[in-house]
Amino acid sequence: MQRSTRKKAVQGVAFSFLWIGAIITIVVLLVIVGYILYQGVPGLSWEFLTQSPKAGGKEGGILPMLVNTIFLVIASLAIAIPVGVLSAVFLAEYAKQGRIVRLIRSAAENLAGIPSIIFGLFGFIFFGKILGLGWSLLNGALTAAIVVLPTIMRTSEEALLAVPQSYREGSLSLGATRWQTVTRVVLPAASPGILAGLMLSMGRIVGETAALIFTLGSADRIAQSLMDSARPLSVHLYILAHEGISTPKAFSTATVLIILVLILNLTAAFLVSRANKNRKTKG
Amino acid sequence: MKQGTARWRMNDKVIRSLLFVCAAISVVAVLLITVMIFVEAFPALKETGVWDFIAGTKWKPTDTPPQFGILPMIVGSVYVTGLALLFGLPIGMATSIFMAEIAPPKVAVVLRRAIEILAGIPSVVYGFFGLMMVVPIVQTLGGTGMSVLTASIILAVMILPTIVSVSEAALRAVPAEYKEGSLALGASHWQTIVRVQVPAAKSGILAATVLGIGRAVGETMAVILVAGNIPVIPESILKAVRTMTVNIVLEMGYVQPGSLHYSALFATGAVLFVFIMLLNFSIRALTKTRGEKQKNAKKH
Amino acid sequence: MKPGRTFAAIISIALVAGLMAGCGGTTPNGSQSETGKITVVGSTSVGPYMDELSKLFMGKNPGISINVEQVGSGQGIAATKDGSADIGMSSRELKDEEKPLNEYKLCLDGIAIVVHPDNPVSNLTKEQVKKIYLGEITNWKDVGGNDAPINLYTREASSGTRGAFEELVLGKDAAGKQITIDETICAAVLNSTGNLGASVGNDKNAIGYMSLGIVPEYIVKAIKFNGVDATPENVKNKTYALQRPFLLLTKNEPTGIVKDFLDFCLSSDEAKAYLESQKLIIE
Repeated sequence: MQRSTRKKAVQGVAFSFLWIGAIITIVVLLVIVGYILYQGVPGLSWEFLTQSPKAGGKEGGILPMLVNTIFLVIASLAIAIPVGVLSAVFLAEYAKQGRIVRLIRSAAENLAGIPSIIFGLFGFIFFGKILGLGWSLLNGALTAAIVVLPTIMRTSEEALLAVPQSYREGSLSLGATRWQTVTRVVLPAASPGILAGLMLSMGRIVGETAALIFTLGSADRIAQSLMDSARPLSVHLYILAHEGISTPKAFSTATVLIILVLILNLTAAFLVSRANKNRKTKG
Repeated sequence: MKQGTARWRMNDKVIRSLLFVCAAISVVAVLLITVMIFVEAFPALKETGVWDFIAGTKWKPTDTPPQFGILPMIVGSVYVTGLALLFGLPIGMATSIFMAEIAPPKVAVVLRRAIEILAGIPSVVYGFFGLMMVVPIVQTLGGTGMSVLTASIILAVMILPTIVSVSEAALRAVPAEYKEGSLALGASHWQTIVRVQVPAAKSGILAATVLGIGRAVGETMAVILVAGNIPVIPESILKAVRTMTVNIVLEMGYVQPGSLHYSALFATGAVLFVFIMLLNFSIRALTKTRGEKQKNAKKH
Repeated sequence: MKPGRTFAAIISIALVAGLMAGCGGTTPNGSQSETGKITVVGSTSVGPYMDELSKLFMGKNPGISINVEQVGSGQGIAATKDGSADIGMSSRELKDEEKPLNEYKLCLDGIAIVVHPDNPVSNLTKEQVKKIYLGEITNWKDVGGNDAPINLYTREASSGTRGAFEELVLGKDAAGKQITIDETICAAVLNSTGNLGASVGNDKNAIGYMSLGIVPEYIVKAIKFNGVDATPENVKNKTYALQRPFLLLTKNEPTGIVKDFLDFCLSSDEAKAYLESQKLIIE
């Protein structure tokens, strides 16, 4: 009898620690997001979103940085999506499982673990100085593309592998080539999962700073061409924060950043759950 | 029919080669980065000697002759990461066990969303938050507020999502039979968790930890704003510290390509790189074991 | 392919193509045309002013695009030398090994020694500042202040402001070598003026140095140096000894749009009026 009450007591204590841990997690989130939103939302306004910064960022808005971020995302994904999705297609649909496939997969995993500052160094030297791109949108896009390549490869491959084999068999038996099967049957079926990976990558690009500081440059105007330097939102926040130019503007910029990333990640989660639902019903 | 099949095969080969090229790009990228870092690092490492570089305690690149010892930065990275784990691992484990085992379903969903949001916050925002809120608080404990402690707190929050999500997945992957068997034998829920489920998920949890370490060691923007950045081995957690990543960023502005100082920065990057590669290998080794266990479990 | 993805692909390609078309607008520096791109790289002290000047200039010359990268004097000098920058910005004199480059003095700027507003010390001699930063004086009471340790704050190694400070205050040692700040005795190394100002403002026992023109008045207090107030007037009449030039650097004789921009910055009334409004001194 005593043993079981002691067991229950220990369990009670242990479980309260678990509850505490979970509560701490939620509290941390609320504090961080709450504090930033609390300080930053008052500064949000239509003007803030549509004007250029004045006086180095002390006044005005963040329009150029927003636009540059959008340009950056589009340019990076324009590079990373074809390479990443097609690589995943190769690994999932065409390749023979063997040493080469393992090599490619481990290369992608290694790439995933490299700290962003090393990507920044690489972009600065290789794209910037050796290839002569200097501080430019193209340099930043290439660097950011390498950063998100592993994510796109991994999520696309998982999405492709999750497509039931019966789809492929059905298509092939109807006389389609492997390529036709992939593009017209498998890829569409895998698209929610692939799109989710894209959304996650977008979030990553939007939040990336260390890799972009030495590659994208800090010109605070809308980039006029791929070779223009183009300060994105994340670098703008860094500059505002550590130059102490304007704390309120920094908070508002951080708020916009958080909201942007939130939207992207929530869309990704939504797409993933829809993909899972589809799979269950089609089953 | 025969002609059609032959053309099909040739097209297939062409497509396959194109796809192979795409896939090979990631290999090329890794190789390029690795080669570049070590090639640029070579002059400084040759000049100082690898051992003196890693174990030297004086970082004075502008002296004549310059001294390049990054031990303070290595210690800094380890110190800050270790402390971050000390804070983050218990909370992360508690949260993941909570989510996997005792949370009511709706609460688990809320937690999962919370973790996702935390995971998505950019590191520069974390750094900014640290500068605005954590530094003044730590300052009340003494010192300038920019210290090991501050950086560790921020990093702990940053690695929390990684630890929680990977650990939770590992716990959920433990076969239900383990739990049922243990409960049937009379163990309490908690005893089951501690003595059966967590050990069974051990390799996944270790993987989560290693991933968290990797993220903490590689972090730059959050740390540079709050850590004080002095190239000395910190005497206490309230003193300033410089990590390897910050060393690279801080001195980048001085880079005159071709100079020894420039090479020393790449050497710092090389050490960091090796560190991370070793971590990556250990994750791979751990998750392979986990994958095999899962396969065996599924066979039941 | 799913129609949505084709559409997205078309949009991305179109945008990328549009951006690349902008590339065609750049012309080499030697031409007399009214379009082109100028890359300005260097000091974070000079950068914000060059940013404004470039905006004024671009307002009059809409075809010209000027990117200002604020990455530090050291990198500005290096970029000018290796050609990745058209114009370099430095907030200190060039060292012997960095010459030869064409140097153009934009203006003079003072360096203020700053302490916490509540610090009773309001004047320090050059000897005192030197000994403090060499670690020979470590307590405020030795210079007339409270009994408290002196916390040293400094900029990072590549900062032009720091370089100028070291040159003007620490001087050379017996062997003729420049004495540099020993970071290991400092409380913190900050990589921007704003951060340094904020840190000094948060620490009652702090001492730091920053550009005179941007001392944040309610956050820190600029003390007298050798008995002289830190004001632009005193910099102009040379009684305030801590002053350094803001230099614009080019590798070769400037021609074309680079020359036009340089002329604008160095001799136009508009530029002079702007700089003087920012507490900089034109000679």
